[in-house]
Amino acid sequence: MKLIFEKSVPGRRLSLLPDCDVPVCKLPESLRRTTPIGLPEMSENELSRHYSALERRSFGVNNGFYPLGSCTMKYNPRINDEMSALPGFADIHPLQPVHTVQGALEALALAEQLLCEITGMDHMTFQPAAGAHGELTGILLIKRYHAERGDTERTEIIVPDSAHGTNPATVSMTGMTAVSIESGPDGRVDLDKLKAVVGPKTAGLMLTNPNTLGLFEKDILEITDIIHKAGGLVYYDGANLNAIMGIARPGDMGFDCVHLNLHKTFSTPHGGGGPGSGPVGCKDFLAPYLPRPVVEKEGEGYTLDYERPLSIGRIKTFYGNFAIVLRALTYVLTLGREGIKEASTQAVLNANYMRKKLSECYDIAYDYTCMHEFVMTLSGLKKEKGITAADIAKALIDRGIHPPTMYFPLIVPEALMIEPVETESKETMDEAIEALLDIYKVACADPESLHAAPLTTPVGRVDETAAARHPKLRYEG
Amino acid sequence: MGSYIPSTPEQRREMLNFLGLSDTDALFDEIPAAVRVNALDLPKGQSELGVRRQMEAMAAKNRVFPTIFRGAGAYRHYIPSIVKSVTSKETFITTYTPYQAEMSQGVLQSIFEYQTMICELTGMDVSNASTYDGASAAAEAVAMCRERKRRVAYISATTQPDVIDTVRTYCWAAGEELVIVPEKDGRTDTEALSTLLNDEAACVYVQQPNYYGLVEDCEAIGQMAHEAGAKFIMGINPIAAAVLKSPGECGADIAVGEGQPLGLSLSFGGPYLGFMTATKAMMRKLPGRIVGETTDKEGNRAYVLTLQAREQHIRREKASSNLCSNQALCALAAGVYMAAMGPEGMKQVATQCMSKARYLAAGLEGIGLHRAHTGEFFHEFVTLCDHPQPLLDALEQAGILGGLPVEGGILWCVTEMNTKDEMDRVIEICREAMAV
Repeated sequence: MKLIFEKSVPGRRLSLLPDCDVPVCKLPESLRRTTPIGLPEMSENELSRHYSALERRSFGVNNGFYPLGSCTMKYNPRINDEMSALPGFADIHPLQPVHTVQGALEALALAEQLLCEITGMDHMTFQPAAGAHGELTGILLIKRYHAERGDTERTEIIVPDSAHGTNPATVSMTGMTAVSIESGPDGRVDLDKLKAVVGPKTAGLMLTNPNTLGLFEKDILEITDIIHKAGGLVYYDGANLNAIMGIARPGDMGFDCVHLNLHKTFSTPHGGGGPGSGPVGCKDFLAPYLPRPVVEKEGEGYTLDYERPLSIGRIKTFYGNFAIVLRALTYVLTLGREGIKEASTQAVLNANYMRKKLSECYDIAYDYTCMHEFVMTLSGLKKEKGITAADIAKALIDRGIHPPTMYFPLIVPEALMIEPVETESKETMDEAIEALLDIYKVACADPESLHAAPLTTPVGRVDETAAARHPKLRYEG
Repeated sequence: MGSYIPSTPEQRREMLNFLGLSDTDALFDEIPAAVRVNALDLPKGQSELGVRRQMEAMAAKNRVFPTIFRGAGAYRHYIPSIVKSVTSKETFITTYTPYQAEMSQGVLQSIFEYQTMICELTGMDVSNASTYDGASAAAEAVAMCRERKRRVAYISATTQPDVIDTVRTYCWAAGEELVIVPEKDGRTDTEALSTLLNDEAACVYVQQPNYYGLVEDCEAIGQMAHEAGAKFIMGINPIAAAVLKSPGECGADIAVGEGQPLGLSLSFGGPYLGFMTATKAMMRKLPGRIVGETTDKEGNRAYVLTLQAREQHIRREKASSNLCSNQALCALAAGVYMAAMGPEGMKQVATQCMSKARYLAAGLEGIGLHRAHTGEFFHEFVTLCDHPQPLLDALEQAGILGGLPVEGGILWCVTEMNTKDEMDRVIEICREAMAV
């Protein structure tokens, strides 16, 4: 399909603005831009068709099953979008006087209260715009906590080797050192290995629970105790919270701070890569370090408190991705006490159902009762038939299913990570199971044919190596 | 209670039977009893209509000003209908990061087009797929310039305070020194800068137009940075870029900015859009997602996320940033906005902003609200005023959100949304309030 620039015709344009109703001024020549701006020149009809065509060449949760492990691709309720777009929310300026934005501050305060209850935390900031941004914020809270105590030797953050790559990258951004520990034979944190690395340099531990294999860290109380006794703090990566809402809370497990992915657990849409929201919750003793400003109750109303001398500072303009927080708030208010627990329960039930059905053919890495997701390994098939995790994934595309997460976690070779989520029906899962079992048969009988997949998409498998070797990152005309 | 779960109790029973479990509790046997919760202290769930009423009641407690003369980092511009129509398309809203290139060509192409448009606007070689907002883009840009022997970053005091604060946090995190370059008459004090710069200077960051709306001498500042062996970063307003000398023309190594003016609503501060561009020489230091052109095995043109060797999922602790998402839907909005405007429309918006700002500035000057600074400005300016509150209160009563009170005065912002009539009213109301 043509790029928008290839559809441009000089002189075409939309009529969007009235004529200027005051005398027109120009900048002095010395300050003026001289290079032309090579933007497309289009009519509205062509624009509409261009983006409709791009939409057709994309795949969303509205198009089909999306069992993308660790991404929690649940249904995005439309009411959430509509509420966030109410003029009373969408058209207010972030720097309006606080008495004119009481509803917005109330929404933030209510979201804080509800999400703190779900996680067992005492306070929450909505400034972080994404999970990785939340990680940065959380680890900075820990860094500031130690610094304020004069405990400057604590420079190491322990990260299990099953963790998301963002965890060690975050640690590096904060000037600390990531200490990787190898998972035990059961896929969980190995207590002996953990004990061997803690010490006077330990600033903290970052842990995803359930972990990226979909397994609950059943020794969690011992784990957090080991870190606390060593003088460190424990950070909860909330990527997998969808497994345990209403069942157990990070705050009760000994975690000191958490980040949530509102775009995973709390049903806000992924938008093709964002905007998301990665609020960070913490226990009381870390609250003084939260990014400023903080929403405070004042009499009958709310205010923004900027006087936070111990704050780590800002990590973003204004108060975070407000319109995303509104979507999550709408969701929590809709589900409520019972619905929140039911969502996690069904997510775990669905994952176990698919795991057991698929274990007929496929090898499950660490085949125990899982939480909301599980990981298959294709290394057997690769050895015998030359079929990789990517081959299976691409074959799924031809059957109208978005592939699972591939090649993650890194500790499982040829990994496919499946997270069905609670909003998928048994029929949808049965169809996907059937598709996967059928693909397995094809992989055994006619492996060559799978290398050609996908065949139903606008383009076939793309050459990633060439893209990286000769980067072409913009249209050149 | 509300629920989005399609499984019926019968189906649930069927699944449990298949698993050989008596009830759903058994699924959670591995969670120690000591951390199990009985019931959360949350309100009861509600129907869609019930929740709608509750959310609408909160929205109603906010005041939407029909007339706004406040900017300071968030700008009310006209958003063409086509922008919201495109960003309301379900697939664009619900799709994930385009990892599976074959089924995501639409999203990938829209990002590739966005990257191209942002390069055109900034006059820079390469753009990433966007990041959280202008402030985090600035902080990431500063991080791109950090070298082993160059660990001092310089940022002008004329930068938006939120941006300085954010850069400060990131610098503190990484152990990089941050020097605030003082201002002189509302602009970056270039003399001070030349004395402050040393051989550990990693970068100099300047906002154009600056926080007070004034046009900085970016070419001169860039030259000073380069002479000190440092990189030059410009934080720009994308609307102003249509008429002001572009970062490319000023010799910037990196140009970033807040993309909110490009078709995004105010939304009480977010979500917005951080755009990030650089010269080819710095391409492999750009953080975040980047889309590149390639071919499929038949030789068809195709798009794919590329240069991933920079990124955290491969480099883990060796990655210089943990950025692993973009604001794709906001970038899409910005792309549609720029395509709808076209080169002429962009210039028209910028020219109207600038012209109208001059009209208001002259009108306020006429009633004794003098500008705090001299020289060229874009669509924001500061008027001196010792007691701004009575003026702003009077404007508020008339449904007008006046300028932002800043030290010693008021920071006004005028865009194409403001009519001559509105500005005449502002001038009249201020005149009356000052007479009291």
